[in-house]
Amino acid sequence: MNLTVNLGGLTLQNPIMPSSGCFGFGREFSEFYDLNELGAIVIKAATGDKRFGNTTPRVAETPSGMLNAIGLQNPGVDQIIEKELPFLQQFHTPVIANVAGSQLEEYVEVTEKLAAQQVVKAIEINISCPNVQEGGIQFGTDPTLAYDLTEQVKKVCPKPLFVKLSPNVTDITTIAQAVEEAGADGLSMINTLTGMKIDLHTQQPLIANETGGLSGPAIKPIAIRMIHQVRSQTTLPIIGMGGISTTEDIIEFLLAGANAVAVGTANFQNPFVCQNLIDELPETLEKYGFQSLDEVKGAVTS
Amino acid sequence: MKKLEHLTVISNQPIALDTYEILLEGDLVQQINRPGQFVHIQISEGDYHKLRRPLSIASYNHNKSQMTLIYKVVGDGLNWMSQLSEGDSLNVLGPLGNGFETENLFGEKILVIGGGVGVPPLYALCQHLSEHNDVTAVLGYQSRAQIFYENQFKDVSDTLIATNDGSYGQKGFVTDIITDLNDDFTTYFACGPLEMLSAVQQQLQYLDGYLSIEERMGCGIGACFACVREAHNDKGYVKICQDGPVFHSSEVTL
Repeated sequence: MNLTVNLGGLTLQNPIMPSSGCFGFGREFSEFYDLNELGAIVIKAATGDKRFGNTTPRVAETPSGMLNAIGLQNPGVDQIIEKELPFLQQFHTPVIANVAGSQLEEYVEVTEKLAAQQVVKAIEINISCPNVQEGGIQFGTDPTLAYDLTEQVKKVCPKPLFVKLSPNVTDITTIAQAVEEAGADGLSMINTLTGMKIDLHTQQPLIANETGGLSGPAIKPIAIRMIHQVRSQTTLPIIGMGGISTTEDIIEFLLAGANAVAVGTANFQNPFVCQNLIDELPETLEKYGFQSLDEVKGAVTS
Repeated sequence: MKKLEHLTVISNQPIALDTYEILLEGDLVQQINRPGQFVHIQISEGDYHKLRRPLSIASYNHNKSQMTLIYKVVGDGLNWMSQLSEGDSLNVLGPLGNGFETENLFGEKILVIGGGVGVPPLYALCQHLSEHNDVTAVLGYQSRAQIFYENQFKDVSDTLIATNDGSYGQKGFVTDIITDLNDDFTTYFACGPLEMLSAVQQQLQYLDGYLSIEERMGCGIGACFACVREAHNDKGYVKICQDGPVFHSSEVTL
């Protein structure tokens, strides 16, 4: 079965990719399977300078999910270009580089540097990280800020630009509309939901950052609802994410209106999960009566 | 090489208060090459438990393709694991981490220090070290009811035990016992709670030492940056799962 999808000018051999932050820069997972099998590789967020991130504990398990507050730890955009991107050149899989920052200027600077790299085929800007003090989620919760940021970043980004939306808003459609009007080529949704877990023994938050981003199957219904809402107002490509761990989940995201999907938390439980999902997707599509991905697109729930 | 495999449960039984010993069999065991490595355990099938549990390997036998894990039942995940019985299978990712470097130690006088749930990987370590070295193990537990593997350790080391409440061995901490020992050791290895490791690091700063560090983990393979600790190296940090869990005492900040 042909699984090819087109995402705002970016062609993927299948609609499945790991999500940013759950896959490092690909190296570790390449020990388990051939990264050429993936639809795309979304690498860990880059910032202008290196960041150490938050103190530990940075993760906690919750029912059907987990909280994380890594804090955008990364070696900085220059080190990523020098030390991490060369490794990814050996694969034909398109690399989507994720960009984060504290200031608008930082997003612009980092995007410009990454978009200039041949191995990078698209940019995803993270305007929705809930785990840093400055920037991140602020840009993703105010439509005016989201518009300005997207507009400025797009000016330096000749490659497809995806904007990763935060679910921590009253109405995600206004943010989606703002970034579309500002020139985004696609949307990634959803990032994590801000959550908290308290340890009964210490009577303190279990995550050192106090709050963390909730991911995993627990947030899947919210992602489905938000993608469905946004799909009703836009034709932009949507990369759907939020708790995907089975091929049934993928079809549900496609039916809600996503064009491709990203798998996050499930990579921690099963490092082979993306490879398994790619192998199993055609069979599951047939099981539900679909002969192609386009047929699923045609069946998008209205 | 890291593998993902369903291992067969040979036995699973309590050996001390809230403490279980599970014996597992499968090809993955062949990949273990050092004491101090760990495995990442999936808790049940399905979607409820999304994070694996990192557990150190207490001992392994390549000829039988078997390994033993010792774990304390804290939380519903490990409680699920304690209910497994002979013939059940367990989804295991591993072996992970680098373990204790023992290859170059011959004829040395070595101090091995463990506290509570940090004790298990030190058993395989003592087995290895004792082949060519003189090993003293100092083990700390909360109380008598929590002590396990005393006899096993005695077979491969001079073993001294401390309990916090004085219900067995010397009352106090492992550091109290170490104070009373002749200080003619050449190397030490330690695994236990951070407070213990930090105290030992201070107390034995004149010695070459190796610390095995515990932390909440995500992926266990170095991709997610959950188990990071500040370090004195080029990057300024180490990933416990991938760069450790064993570090030279001068490398990590506790």
